Amino acid sequence: MQKVDVPGSLTPDDRDRMAQVGIDLAMTTRCGSYLQLNQDVAHATCSETGIEVMSIADALERYPELEKNYWKVVQKDKDDVTKHVAAQKNPRGYVIIGRKGSKNILPIQACLYLGKEQIQHVHNIIIAEEDAELHIVSGCASARHVGRGGAHYGISEFYVGKNAKISFTMIHTWGEEIEVYPRSAALLSEGATFLSNYVCMQPVKKVQMYPTATLSGERSVARFSSIVIASPGSSMDLGSRAILAAKGASAELITRAITRGGTIISRGEIQGKVDGTRGHLECKGLILKDGLIHAIPEIHGEVVGTELSHEAAVGKIAQEEIEYLMARGLSEEEATATIIRGFLDVKIQGLPDALQKQIDAAIDAAESGF
Amino acid sequence: MFPRGQYNPGTVMLDIKDLHVEIGGKEILHDINLQIGEGETHVLMGPNGSGKSTLLMTIMGFSGYTVTQGSIRFKGKEINGLPVNERAKMGMGIMFQRPPTISGLKLSKLLTAASGETKEEIEKYAKAVNMERFLDRDINKGFSGGEIKRSEVLQLSVQHPDFVMLDEPESGVDLENISLIGAAIGRLLDKDKHIVHRKKSGLIITHTGFILDYIDTNQGHMMCDGMIKCHGAAREMLKEIRERGYKECMECRK
Repeated sequence: MQKVDVPGSLTPDDRDRMAQVGIDLAMTTRCGSYLQLNQDVAHATCSETGIEVMSIADALERYPELEKNYWKVVQKDKDDVTKHVAAQKNPRGYVIIGRKGSKNILPIQACLYLGKEQIQHVHNIIIAEEDAELHIVSGCASARHVGRGGAHYGISEFYVGKNAKISFTMIHTWGEEIEVYPRSAALLSEGATFLSNYVCMQPVKKVQMYPTATLSGERSVARFSSIVIASPGSSMDLGSRAILAAKGASAELITRAITRGGTIISRGEIQGKVDGTRGHLECKGLILKDGLIHAIPEIHGEVVGTELSHEAAVGKIAQEEIEYLMARGLSEEEATATIIRGFLDVKIQGLPDALQKQIDAAIDAAESGF
Repeated sequence: MFPRGQYNPGTVMLDIKDLHVEIGGKEILHDINLQIGEGETHVLMGPNGSGKSTLLMTIMGFSGYTVTQGSIRFKGKEINGLPVNERAKMGMGIMFQRPPTISGLKLSKLLTAASGETKEEIEKYAKAVNMERFLDRDINKGFSGGEIKRSEVLQLSVQHPDFVMLDEPESGVDLENISLIGAAIGRLLDKDKHIVHRKKSGLIITHTGFILDYIDTNQGHMMCDGMIKCHGAAREMLKEIRERGYKECMECRK
């Protein structure tokens, strides 16, 4: 496998931060890669048959038919973020297309790295054609000292074809001064599966997002899983939405949120629009240090044959659990860390082992900080 | 202080003197005196609410149990004020009656954390109490009464405590499991060893006495109203209770 052609400007520290978000520059565990530093596309490649990874500029030139996937599930005039990205003369970002029946065993990595005080804008399109299976790890990070004013605006449009599957695992390591505004939406066809995972264990000034999956195909499945920790000064406004618009469609929205003094608003919405649909929303929050966890779960049923439920709980670690582990010889600190690690342990059904391990590693890396 | 596993024979493992304990400002245990020697297993009996569990929780050092007077010495050292894990490190172990469920914490991970043993060793211990299928499960999540007891015994067996406290080890356990758990507890207490080689001590709460079929006991203590009212041979005391109830114990109050 061809190594990522790393620009000479990357310092060892930059490489470390990329590794934290799952970017393997040696490419031993990845089949494809896209690397964008600030606004420069450094690299776009994929060795898997039937899967294409390219910059959006190349893709739009090469495939005129891509027009029908460009600004379709995310609207240009949605808000200031989409307007800003839509106004760019030279769009940046990547396009990943899994052609009919293709499948990647090793995930594709996409790295968006911010090293300067500026707005990094990207527009990504991910398409899995009929029966295709795409697994992507998207690592977003910034250099340790970017300074004030850095921001990341990211548009992502997902199209999951008939009986196709996309798993998208996004791991963030931003700086304390960075603002992040992902704008994502997915459209699911018949029998399609969309797994969207979000992990953010490091400080960030602000993240705000509310990805939406529209399940317009029968028996399609969407699962959103978010695992986040808010440090003091961090503000995270996170939501996810599933619109169940076809018979047999189902969705699961799971959040594990911990505040160590920061603010987390955990939103979630499931709309049951037709018969024979099911959805479940679950938000569990732990307050380790005074901060804020505001869970806003919404379920919205329009017909008799939709089954929707939600559960939300916010609290501290039970003393009884800590002492149980202490009775087995663990110190109070070890017991607390062990319980928190368990709390964050979300096993995502249908996710390849390599990506589950990546998520586990991102959580373990933060464990020492509990 | 003697480190765990090395303790002079013929001496006292646990020595409680004039112990008074409060929960939420109310005195629950009054003037408890109890001595358990190395290699000895004692049985604690008494009606519900008499303070038996409170005594075990106090010995282990759980929060909410405030010692207002008296002393608890373990292996010759005063342990009042020591955190729970320090007591565990000194060689104390406790079986929980209703342990909490901890989501995301696998039984195997806790066993490793508690013992430092290898995966293979832990599997051996698990097999002995028929728990190998539960190693990858979240601890206590969806466990039946018998499974909880087996899991507790398993945790204790990797901990190798010198002094074991068991709160109603037979409650909620079916007849088939009781022999399994009884035998495992017997091993915990060195009951498979000749009496002169026995080092492990125990304090067991039981209502039914079923567990006594699997372990020899040295002494029984009857608790009523937060006080130890009388001592004797455990089996005889239980027989008495079975025939006449706790009436006589209650009468002691007068």
